[in-house]
This record gives sequence, structure tokens and C-alpha cells, in this order.
Amino acid sequence: MDLNALVHGVPVSWYLVLSAMLFAIGAAGFVLRRNIITVFMCIELMLNAVNLTFIAFSHELKSVHGHIFTFFVMVVAAAEAAVGLAIILTVFKNRSTLNIDEVSTLKN
Amino acid sequence: MPDFITPYLIATLVKTAVLAGALMTTLAYLQWIERKVIAHVQVRMGPSRVGPHGLMQPLADVIKLITKEGVIPADVNVFFYVLAPFLAVFMSLISISVIPFGPPVTVFGYTTNLSLADPNVGILFVLAISSMGVYGVALAGWSSNNKYSLLGGLRSSAQMISYELPMSLAIAAPLLMAGSLSLREIVNSQGGYSFGVLPKWAIFSGPFPQFFSFIIFMISAFAETNRVPFDLPEAENELVAGFHTEYSSMKFASFFMSEYSNMVTICCITTVLFLGGWHPLWPAALGSNFVAPALFALAGALCFLHGLNPARPLDRFTLPVFGLVFFGLAGVFLVPIVVTMFMPVFWFVAKTGFLLFVFIWIRATLPRFRYDQLMSFAWKFLFPVALLNLLLTALMVSLVQ
Amino acid sequence: MEIFFFLLFAIVALACALNVVLQKHPISSALSLVGVMVSLAVLYLMLGAEFIAMAQVVVYAGAVMVLFIFVIMLLNAGAETRKGGSITAQVLGIPALLAFFAALVFLITTYYPGLSPVKFGDFTGGGAREIGMKLFSSYLLPFEVTSVLILIAIVGAIVLARKELD
Repeated sequence: MDLNALVHGVPVSWYLVLSAMLFAIGAAGFVLRRNIITVFMCIELMLNAVNLTFIAFSHELKSVHGHIFTFFVMVVAAAEAAVGLAIILTVFKNRSTLNIDEVSTLKN
Repeated sequence: MPDFITPYLIATLVKTAVLAGALMTTLAYLQWIERKVIAHVQVRMGPSRVGPHGLMQPLADVIKLITKEGVIPADVNVFFYVLAPFLAVFMSLISISVIPFGPPVTVFGYTTNLSLADPNVGILFVLAISSMGVYGVALAGWSSNNKYSLLGGLRSSAQMISYELPMSLAIAAPLLMAGSLSLREIVNSQGGYSFGVLPKWAIFSGPFPQFFSFIIFMISAFAETNRVPFDLPEAENELVAGFHTEYSSMKFASFFMSEYSNMVTICCITTVLFLGGWHPLWPAALGSNFVAPALFALAGALCFLHGLNPARPLDRFTLPVFGLVFFGLAGVFLVPIVVTMFMPVFWFVAKTGFLLFVFIWIRATLPRFRYDQLMSFAWKFLFPVALLNLLLTALMVSLVQ
Repeated sequence: MEIFFFLLFAIVALACALNVVLQKHPISSALSLVGVMVSLAVLYLMLGAEFIAMAQVVVYAGAVMVLFIFVIMLLNAGAETRKGGSITAQVLGIPALLAFFAALVFLITTYYPGLSPVKFGDFTGGGAREIGMKLFSSYLLPFEVTSVLILIAIVGAIVLARKELD
């Protein structure tokens, strides 16, 4: 890699790699964690990682469409958080647990 | 001189120093003013022992708070317990940096804006920072490991989320009329006078006067800063002291600092959005430039008058000294160069000061809400009214264009 | 200058993201996630997306995460106890994840080697005016559909969290 080029700015691909790393960490948390709320937060982390990709490509293509997509992702994520947290509240009220393994009645 | 020392850097450093100094002094003396005003409303004297008229009281308070022992109770979550006051102060001090205090001034041939930064999305920045402010309070309540603190923190986060909605809607209406999100552009759009005398502030003029929006914004501002009548998070007859029950020393003081700093910021924002920023109440051609010297001269004359009939022996000497200071200020505001540079700042500070007085006045007047009343007021009354106001404003703005 | 700010906030974001996954207590995870979101907002600013950066702080950090913290405080959720958990997920999952990440990086570096460098101020089309223009012309239908979605979400959340639910 040409280090002198870095004086002119950060390559867009670095932003993409950062986004991939954040997404991977979020996916790992989603699989490994057992607390419903934390699992939910890992989903938000993955959504954020994807948003970064949208914004980076928007900058590369000099177009505002990526921003609009990010806007919609944010709005849907907010709605999702409201419903999801209401579901978590109900689950906790009925079972008094937040462990995701104990909320698997539908499995069997 | 090295390359990187540009006039821009020097100007920014000077502005930062002046703003930080002025803000910190204001925060300290706001407490004194609040105690004095409430005392006089309740026909008491207020702080009067430390220095003439208790003017050294803030200094004494600071020394007392610094030298107190900072207790960290057992069984608290130490990291979050220490982090919470930092967050509260940081979030409340940072948003003052985007407020424009006056039009551009030229010093030594260098023209600079009287604000630290002027982002295109200034008002959104203020909203973003104020929505982050709830973390300090919520974390303080949670990490203290005390059920009263926890209740205070819960109440405050629910209250601040609820009142943010009417507040944002109330902000959106004047933005529609200004057509910009930059605070400087908003103030510029309110310059000028209709019929030659009536200022074109958002609250008075435009296609749809923003009077209701102003009222809604002020009510939400009281809730956002946790002030009476919405100080449920620290209701002392229900929750001891609410979220800061377990705090002492400087950590306790930082919550107070953040409350006063939030008050100052929100009054500045109200001035910028609704009261025309630094534009005077009537045109300079009709003599609005003489308001400042007249006010200072009046204050000086009052000091001399009270100095002739002193309530206490010491006042015979202190009051005339204050009177001389006020007369000096009156003289300074008659100098032409001071008038062109600082008259806008005077008007900005005067409007902000009046709004701060309203905050204190209401604290001395109104009782506290009950919690269910607080919530139903926000959702069932304030929110629909703000929405209706926004719709009407949008309709009028699009009809005029 | 750009490289300094990028590295600073990228490292903060990565450290906070790791903290989200590694912390045992949900409150610590939630606050780390706030850190990720704020540093991403700064990166958005550097990419010229000033409106989205502010919306990110207002919506995500200021509303969604406050809701999370509110629920955690309300349920008084304690630290997670490590028990059960799928062994397969831990044994196969992490190598699979690393492979997935490696594949992503490989794809990015192979297919997009010639992307232009990001310089602050290169792209100024991310203001509120431009986004509003697009949102209320080309994207009007999705916008309205989203508002209906939010209405459904509000009603659903209230129905789910009602007290009388038995």
C-alpha cells in the first residue's frame, strides 16, 4: 500500500473493512450471548455496521441515495426496538427470565 | 511565527477562553441569583453573610464542596457511579459552543463570528446533545444501588423521552419559517421590522406567529432541565433527593452545574429560535441603542438611593461602589465602537437573562406535578397541540410562498 | 488529519463493539453500544453525511438506547450467568465467523481497489435540504409506508406491554 496516498485522505475501502469487522462482532455476539436484551443489542450493532457501508458508498458515488436508505434503516430499527422491548417485557412478566434458552417452548 | 498559528486559531482560542470563563461565572452566580430571587419572592433576605449582599457566597460554596469528603458508598457500581456526573456535565456544557451571540465582528482587521462553531445542522446538534443528557441522570440513579435513586433515574429517563417529542415539534415550526437548520441563519431570518417598529421575531411575525410554539417549547424546556414544576426525578418529599441522593462533594456539585448549564443553554436556544437572537426590540433609529446605558444608569441610581438609607451600616460604602460600577458600564455603552461591537451581545444576554429569571420565578411560584399528571400532560395535551401548531405553520408557510 | 480521526474513532468503535459482546452486564453492553453509535456518527460526519450523523445520535443514541437502558433498569436485569449455551456455536461459530470476515475483506480489497480517498468536505450533498428533497419526491411512497409501519409498531408495543395481559 502506498503510504503517501494516505495524506490525501482515508481510502473508502477502510471504511468498508471497519463495517465488516463491526458486522462480524455483532454476528458473534448474536450467536454467543444468552441474554435476550444483549442479543437484541447485537442486532442493532449489525444494522449500524450496514449503515456505515451505505454512507461510505454514498460518498464514493457522490449521491444521496445511500443516506435515504440509512434513514429508512434507522426508522425501521426504532420501530423494531419498540416492539422488541415490549415483547421482552411481556416474556419477563410471564417467565421471570431473560435467558434465551429458557424461552424455547416453540421448539418442541 | 510557525505556520500553524493562524488568525483563525488565535481567534478560536480567545473565544473559547472568554466563553468558558463567562459561562462558569454565570453558572456560579446563577445559583446566587436564584437564591436571592426566591428569597425576595418569599419576603426573606437570602444569602447575605459572605461578602456584601452575599456576593461571595458562590465562592464559599465552591470551597465548601471541594474540601468536603467525596464518599463512595459501599455496594455501588464504582465505574458508572463516577462516570455519571462526568457525563452529565460534559453533555450540558458542550452545546453552548454552537450558539451565535452576535453578528460577525472585526478585531484588528480579522473578521470573526461571535460563536465557537456554526455547523449547518446547528439546531440538530443541540437536540442530539440534549437527548444524550439523560444518560448522566439515568446512570447515576442506577449505579447508586439505592431504590430512591433508581426511581429518580427511571422517572427522569421516561420524562425526558416524553417531553423531547413536543419539544422537537415546537422547534420544527420556527425552522419552517426560517428555512434553515443553522442557528445563525435562523437569527438572520428574524432581522428587520414590520410597520417600522414591530420586530420580525418568530414569536411576533411571519405567516403564522409562533406564540404557541414558544409556550410549548418553554414548558418542555422546564421538563427537560428537571426544573420545578417538573422536578419529579428529585422530588424530595417522595424520593429523598432522587437520582443524586448518594452523591457528595464535587460529584454532587457537578449535577447542580449541569442543571444550571442546561438552563443557560436552553434559554439561549429559546432566544435564538423565537426571540430574534441579537436583534433589538425596536430599531436603532428609534433609540434602542440607549436602552443599555439607561438600564445601567437606573441600576446605578438605585444603588446610590439605597446607599443613602442603608439597611445595614456596611451598605453605606458597598452600595455607592456598585453604583459607580453601573455608571461606568452605562458610560462604556455610550462609546460608538462598543455600541457597534457589543450592543447585539447586550440584547442577546438581556433576553437570555430575562428567560432565566422566568425559570427562577416559576420555581418560586408553582407546586410540583404528580407523576401521572406529568405523563398525561405531555402525551394527551402538549403533543397534539404541538402537532396542530406545526401543521398550521406548514400550511401558512406554503400558502404564502 | 483525516487518517488520525478515522483511526481514532474506528478504534473506539471497534473497542466498544467488542465490549458489547464481552461484557457480562447488560447495562455495560448498552453503554458500549452507545459508544459505537456516537463514534459512527463522527465517521458519518467525515463522510459528509451531516444530517444522518445527527439523526444517528438523536434516534439511536438518544432514543433507542435510552429505551434499552430504561427496560434494563425496569427489569433490574442482573449479570448474565454462563451456563448452557450451544457448544457447537462456540466451536464452529467463531472460525466460521472469522472465515466470513476474511471473505468480506478479500472481496472488498479485490473488487474495490480503486475507490477514491475520503477527504472531509469532498461531498457536501448530505445536508437536510438534499435529503428532504429526495425523501419527498422520489421516495415519497416508502416514506408514507414507513409512517404506517411506525403506527403499527406503536399500537403493537402498547398492546403487548399492557398491564391487563394475562
